[in-house]
Amino acid sequence: MKKSLTRRNMLKTSTAAVGAVAGAGLLKGFPAIHAADAPVIRYLGTAVNMGDAVQKRLFDDTGIKVKFIVKTTDEVVKTIFTQPNSFDIVDSEYFSMPKLVPSGNLLGMDTKRIKEWDNVTSAFTKGEVAGKKIGDQGTAPKKVMYLKGAKSKEFASEPTQYVTLIPTVYNADTLGIRPDLIKRPISSWAELLNPEFKGKASILNIPSIGIMDAAMVVEAMGEYKYPDKGNMTKEEIDLTMKIFTEAKKAGQFRAFWSDFNESVNLMASGEVVIQSMWSPAITAVRTKGIPCVYQPLKEGYRAWAAGFGLPSTTKGRQADICYEFINWYLSGWVGAYLNRQGYYSAVIPTAKKYMEAYEWDYWMMGKPATADIMSPEGKKLASKGEVRDGGSYEARMGGVACWNATMDENKYMVRKWNEMIAS
Amino acid sequence: MMKFLKIKPTVGLLSIPYSLIFIFFFFIPLTLTFIISFWDYNEYSIIPDFIFENYSYIFKDCFNFEKDMCVTFKTYLSTFIFCFVTWFFTLIIGFFVAYFLAFYVNSITWQIVLFLLCTIPFWTSNVIRMISWIPLLGRNGLVNDFLLSTGLADAPQEWLLYSGFSIVLAFVHLYTLFMIVPIFNSMMRIDKSIIEAAYDNGANGLQILWNVIIPLCKPGIVIGSIFVITVVMGDFITIGIMGGQQIPSIGKIIYVEMSYLQLPAAAANAVILLALTLLIIWIMTKMIDIRKEL
Repeated sequence: MKKSLTRRNMLKTSTAAVGAVAGAGLLKGFPAIHAADAPVIRYLGTAVNMGDAVQKRLFDDTGIKVKFIVKTTDEVVKTIFTQPNSFDIVDSEYFSMPKLVPSGNLLGMDTKRIKEWDNVTSAFTKGEVAGKKIGDQGTAPKKVMYLKGAKSKEFASEPTQYVTLIPTVYNADTLGIRPDLIKRPISSWAELLNPEFKGKASILNIPSIGIMDAAMVVEAMGEYKYPDKGNMTKEEIDLTMKIFTEAKKAGQFRAFWSDFNESVNLMASGEVVIQSMWSPAITAVRTKGIPCVYQPLKEGYRAWAAGFGLPSTTKGRQADICYEFINWYLSGWVGAYLNRQGYYSAVIPTAKKYMEAYEWDYWMMGKPATADIMSPEGKKLASKGEVRDGGSYEARMGGVACWNATMDENKYMVRKWNEMIAS
Repeated sequence: MMKFLKIKPTVGLLSIPYSLIFIFFFFIPLTLTFIISFWDYNEYSIIPDFIFENYSYIFKDCFNFEKDMCVTFKTYLSTFIFCFVTWFFTLIIGFFVAYFLAFYVNSITWQIVLFLLCTIPFWTSNVIRMISWIPLLGRNGLVNDFLLSTGLADAPQEWLLYSGFSIVLAFVHLYTLFMIVPIFNSMMRIDKSIIEAAYDNGANGLQILWNVIIPLCKPGIVIGSIFVITVVMGDFITIGIMGGQQIPSIGKIIYVEMSYLQLPAAAANAVILLALTLLIIWIMTKMIDIRKEL
């Protein structure tokens, strides 16, 4: 008797739990913005550069709350396709636009509603830094920035009122190295396949980004000069993958990585001394007290850029709140927060207002630090006297060679990449 | 059919909840996967169609024996080898752990305590567990430190990590429990008097093990084997992390295809993987009739 009672109790509790879970699931189905008092924005993105501090500051400034839906780059794109109503605002990368825009799931963003639009960096709007053209191979933002209209599924070649994404953050990526283990200067992408680092190199296993790093290496080795690295032909993909397959078979790579933390561990443990890496991963290795350099290379950088988009169903008050959020985002505080992590804010003049002069000199001007440089979380990133890897904004962004890309032969490229991994 | 109708209505009602779950969360999704595997697709959508391109691509160049082995065959071959090696070690280790628990540990309390010890590998998240192997097996890890300091090796042994060895090690470390549980269950149901009878008839320990215990544990062994083999066949996280993403797995191919929205291609791969896994299970159940044994 006692036994059956406890079992019944257990059933009761578990049913309640199931009910609660089901209820929570149902609630998610409703649009989050409906109450007039405390608006909540469902923010879909990788959120690698967002912290609690941003949420708190946002609420203090505007009374808007943010709920993060954190996914990987590829999953963000997948979510926009498959569940276009599961978020209010999306933080996506420009290189996804050739895939996303034809689906019609994103709204053309009205630049007239963006207060700082005229101050958005020319790297986005014109593909220029300090008046000089920068590399535009691959899916450069300016190519996929403008739309023919608010509901258009086609890109416009000339500036228009409507854009695909409101730019927020971007950076120039390069190889990360362990200077203490390499013990000599590194100046070319070709070093990734240098037999000297046999068994100590790594590249990321995300085909769309990995292929760009691979192309930089192939070109630096003098094997081939691509007309456009970001849009290879089938023959060019074959050639690139052949060189990497041979290197892989010869044992050049210690591992491939697909998760941010994996790249940090490979580097920090010394398993790998040279690899493709992202800027916050370098910071993570350094804050462990291990030397790690984001090495500028003579062939230039591979750049990426991200921005905010809205689902095509957005209207009325929901749109107002999202635009308010975006205007707040570009008003400077977040810009400074991003710059302090080693990224760049899309609106530079407002970010400057929120940075100390010595921070500005270190991060943006490439001058030696006149005081210790701290991360937004208060961890030490660089000591007095150090200079940022790659130097000033103009030197780094001006040195961009290509952008993350979606190729016409994307399907073929992904298959060839899989074959390389399997070889 | 007649037999089905003879079931009492109340008994039929009892099976409804499970049938519904089975239909909605297993049968329907699986049917959809099968249907979509014949569809076409582009960058951002899947297009209803009836084409065999998704399948024919998987086996492209596979029957051209002048070239190297194709990716699909290579991947399956490597997966089969992992399956076999993992199955072999989990079976040997799992069998003897279960044997010890069933026949040498007499108190229920201790059996439970020791069982819980076996579940320790599952207490942390997958990723943390995988990352923790680096300080042990890595180039500057404990094992290499030991080998170098004792002079057993004069250079760090790189095959310890990001290799077939580390993958099998991680699999065995994790999935031996899946063998222990069903085998232990079978062993607990062996009537002790049968063993005593064998002993009284002059059988030695080895003979009892071989002729009495192992045959009676067959259902447990088969169930454990099914668990281990199906998990290894579909795995891509362990192979990915422990193999340094350099060793292929079908799961990883499906995952990459899904993240690039090539859903029909992923569905075709999934259907083939499922068919092969079912084939293996079918062969195993042919060897032993589980239903009869249970």
